[in-house]
Amino acid sequence: MAHSATSALMANPWNDPEAQPFIRIQGVSKSFGDYVAVNKIDLDIYQGELFSLLGGSGCGKTTLLRMLAGFETPTEGKIFIDGVDMSSIPPYERPVNMMFQSYALFPHMSVEQNVAFGLKQDGVPKKEIAERVAAILDMVQMGKFASRKPHQLSGGQRQRVALARALVKEPKVLLLDEPLGALDKKLREKTQFELVNIQERIGITFIVVTHDQEEAMTMSTRMAVMNQGMIEQVGSPVEVYEYPATRFVGEFIGSANMFEGTVVEEATDHAVVRCPELDADIFINHATNLPPGAPVVAMVRPEKMKAQVEKPESQYNYVRGVVTEIAYLGDMSIYHVRLATGMVVQISQTNLRHTAEQRLTWDDEVYLTWHPGNCVVLAQ
Amino acid sequence: MNEISTRVSSVAMTTGEQSVPESRRHRARRSLAVARSGRAGRMLVTALPYLWLVLFFLIPFAIVFKISFSESIRAIPPYAPLFEMVDDTFLQIRLNLANYMMLFEDRLYLAAYLNSIKIAAISTLVCLLIGYPMAYGIARSSKAVRNGLLMLIILPFWTSFLIRVYAWIGLLKNEGLINNFLLWLGLIDQPLPMLYTPFAVYVGIVYSYLPFMILPLYATLEKMDMSLLEAAADLGCKPFKAFLTITLPLSLPGIVAGSLLVFIPAVGEFVIPDLLGGPSTLMIGKVLWTDFFNNRDWPLASAVAVAMLVLLVVPIMLFQRYQQRAEEAKR
Ligand SMILES: Nc1ncnc2c1ncn2[C@@H]1O[C@H](COP(=O)(O)OP(=O)(O)OP(=O)(O)O)[C@@H](O)[C@H]1O
Ligand SMILES: [Mg+2]
Repeated sequence: MAHSATSALMANPWNDPEAQPFIRIQGVSKSFGDYVAVNKIDLDIYQGELFSLLGGSGCGKTTLLRMLAGFETPTEGKIFIDGVDMSSIPPYERPVNMMFQSYALFPHMSVEQNVAFGLKQDGVPKKEIAERVAAILDMVQMGKFASRKPHQLSGGQRQRVALARALVKEPKVLLLDEPLGALDKKLREKTQFELVNIQERIGITFIVVTHDQEEAMTMSTRMAVMNQGMIEQVGSPVEVYEYPATRFVGEFIGSANMFEGTVVEEATDHAVVRCPELDADIFINHATNLPPGAPVVAMVRPEKMKAQVEKPESQYNYVRGVVTEIAYLGDMSIYHVRLATGMVVQISQTNLRHTAEQRLTWDDEVYLTWHPGNCVVLAQ
Repeated sequence: MNEISTRVSSVAMTTGEQSVPESRRHRARRSLAVARSGRAGRMLVTALPYLWLVLFFLIPFAIVFKISFSESIRAIPPYAPLFEMVDDTFLQIRLNLANYMMLFEDRLYLAAYLNSIKIAAISTLVCLLIGYPMAYGIARSSKAVRNGLLMLIILPFWTSFLIRVYAWIGLLKNEGLINNFLLWLGLIDQPLPMLYTPFAVYVGIVYSYLPFMILPLYATLEKMDMSLLEAAADLGCKPFKAFLTITLPLSLPGIVAGSLLVFIPAVGEFVIPDLLGGPSTLMIGKVLWTDFFNNRDWPLASAVAVAMLVLLVVPIMLFQRYQQRAEEAKR
């Protein structure tokens, strides 16, 4: 969204072997009794990043944030922030602020007092506190409610107060646990924009837990996809979306058609995968680095597929099926195409015209094709 | 309830009798009946405690109040009637205000009232100082330990209050357990006089009423959301300051409830000062007992009781006002 200018100048520190990570998570695990909530995570996060954590419910995102904030002690491993080992540093001395998933607003204090609380602890002069609190409340559009108590606010309003309370201290690291989940789309987009602005203005490092993939895509410099306490992939939004490292990532981020098959041909510049589900083999225009016979999953994103009525000329990369379902989303439509084998393939097409004449309709027989570069092969 | 019943009846009205299918009309009637019987049930439930209060509190109080305006005489009952027929035509009411005047004239009563309040207030404070850390500790302990600790707080109630106070005599007297132990240690060479002193009264009251302080405190502390303390720490607040700015204000309802539960019965306490306090410990409960049983001056004792009640009603009303305000703040 707003990373164009700065990140071009900054170059990507994670690609620079010389760069010192600002937060270094080294082999960190956390067990609750027998249950391993976080499993040997290694992660480097650099100054000024807006790093997103994605993953299903209960995969350990909050636990990881709580270890960074100091509320949980890792069972194993170490965390360094700005080069300092955090093992013996209590939460109130860490250069970290966290926005809680449950907001944790002080019920006996007004909105204003809640937001001012952190600044008061630092002994900021009264006048400055008042100014900063007012400014941040304006930013989250809560200025009108400054004297209300938390129980007099709606869920989204509470969320904004929690966000303001974490932001106002402008810490070196800000941990946000689902910061915008309860906001409507307009306000969420505006707040996302403000977050990115603040981050660029004062160079805070953000770690954001989110369930909203679009949000993660638009905001983050990099994201990590977690599954059952482990990190499956770390990368820029483009990398994670276009080149998922595992089947879980491919399925978790965006939608994907997964064709199970085996490698039948492997060369330096191309590979061929055969799937029993499909009529034609899949041709990939790069090496898979897997031996022939290896079981793989070939992934094609719905928007990378084209539908046509005539049989394609190529002997590769097509499937034939019948349109069984159409979901009209306004800007685009999603079609479910059932293959002869019963498998359902999803494709999406942007709705370029007003009228529906040009579009596919129910029971149309279609061929779906894709470019050899648009298929990702994942080891099973 | 009310809302439901009005909604039901409005449905029955607006749909119109003719157009409503039979079964639906029945259903509407039935739910109306259910709502009505529900309301009756609710009234019964609220009426019972009121009945109880009227029977066992208001009527006895009215009797005591009436006696307090009588004259003491040697008779059975030992007071003069308030109402008398004179010449078969006049109803004479003889309001004797002397008993109340006495409360102001005789320094003893005022001193006893003030001393009772002082002893109750100090005991309440001591209970709070001892009870708060205990309640805090219990609320923060693990689930398994917590029930055991709560049991220990409640356990003394299984023995009679009187026996527990007697037990303190054995502990505090000159040849008692504590003195013998201190002598044996060589810390003192003659017994410390503890029994029949104000100190013993304080010990007795604090000991007896401590659970009433701990339990409401525990209830509020246990309810508290621990993530608030995490949030405070996260914002740079050290644990002790977080206690003062977060935990303490949030446990205020428990502090108020516990304090009143200790203060109110402590003011009127009779058994503890009688058994553990010396003749010098002046408490209004003891004065009342003496007036009633030893002097057989029922009217004066009644006046003392009425005055004490008024004295206690003030903190109760303050408490209710506080609760009401807290309730309103929540809304
Ligand atoms: N204090 C605890 N005791 C026992 N188990 C815990 C504790 N805290 C978390 N867990 C478990 O650890 C796992 C990870 O929890 P965590 O809160 O980190 O999930 P999450 O990724 O934040 O999920 P969500 O997206 O639903 O917020 C869960 O299975 C949870 O039940
Ligand atoms: Mg969570």
